[in-house]
Amino acid sequence: MLNINKKLEDKTLTVALEGRLDTTTAPQLEAELKSALPEVTSLVMDFEKLEYISSAGLRVLLSAQKTMNKQGEMKLIHVNDVINEIFEVTGFSDILNIE
Amino acid sequence: MREITIEAKIENLDEVLGFVDGQLEELECPMKAQMQIDVAVEEIFVNIASYAYAPGVGDAVVRFESSQDPASVTITFIDSGVPYDPVQKDDPDVTLSAEERGIGGLGIYMAKKAMDDMKYVYRDGQNILSISKSI
Repeated sequence: MLNINKKLEDKTLTVALEGRLDTTTAPQLEAELKSALPEVTSLVMDFEKLEYISSAGLRVLLSAQKTMNKQGEMKLIHVNDVINEIFEVTGFSDILNIE
Repeated sequence: MREITIEAKIENLDEVLGFVDGQLEELECPMKAQMQIDVAVEEIFVNIASYAYAPGVGDAVVRFESSQDPASVTITFIDSGVPYDPVQKDDPDVTLSAEERGIGGLGIYMAKKAMDDMKYVYRDGQNILSISKSI
């Protein structure tokens, strides 16, 4: 179960995620980002209500990071401890901009 | 010991996680450990669903066992697909930049890191993979 709340202001897109970013739900986020990112120079992912992430979720984040490297910037905010630890063991803490 | 036998396909992931989470909740497993166990279970089940019987389908058994003093759980996955030992798989290079990163190889690595132990044996035509963690 994943809720995706998008807010576009100027060229900054804030995407707030709620629930689980896993094999079942990652394709939803991938599709949302694919349609929204061409207009965006700043992507903010709000993880305050995200409880869980698996490698399928990491793949979507990696792909978004690569896209945003070409056209602007991306950052993650409000990342919880469990998810932070997953970013650390996978080296994603060095790839992603986590505030 | 409890177990379920389920068709190894990605659509059944939620049912597998539901089974495991139900067992963990009975044990009053801390949330953080539950999330880490879920990561490992998801990665391993998705791996079996994606590769064990491809392009066909087959069953997987998911077995849950727990012990006390110290509290720990062991989850065993059994399938009759192609022999595959994830324990021997090389870890991905986690120091690469976003541009250099491929999209594969992370799942099993995450499962290993999330758990305390992972053991594999191939016996009687079955892949038997057990993961354990103190909770």
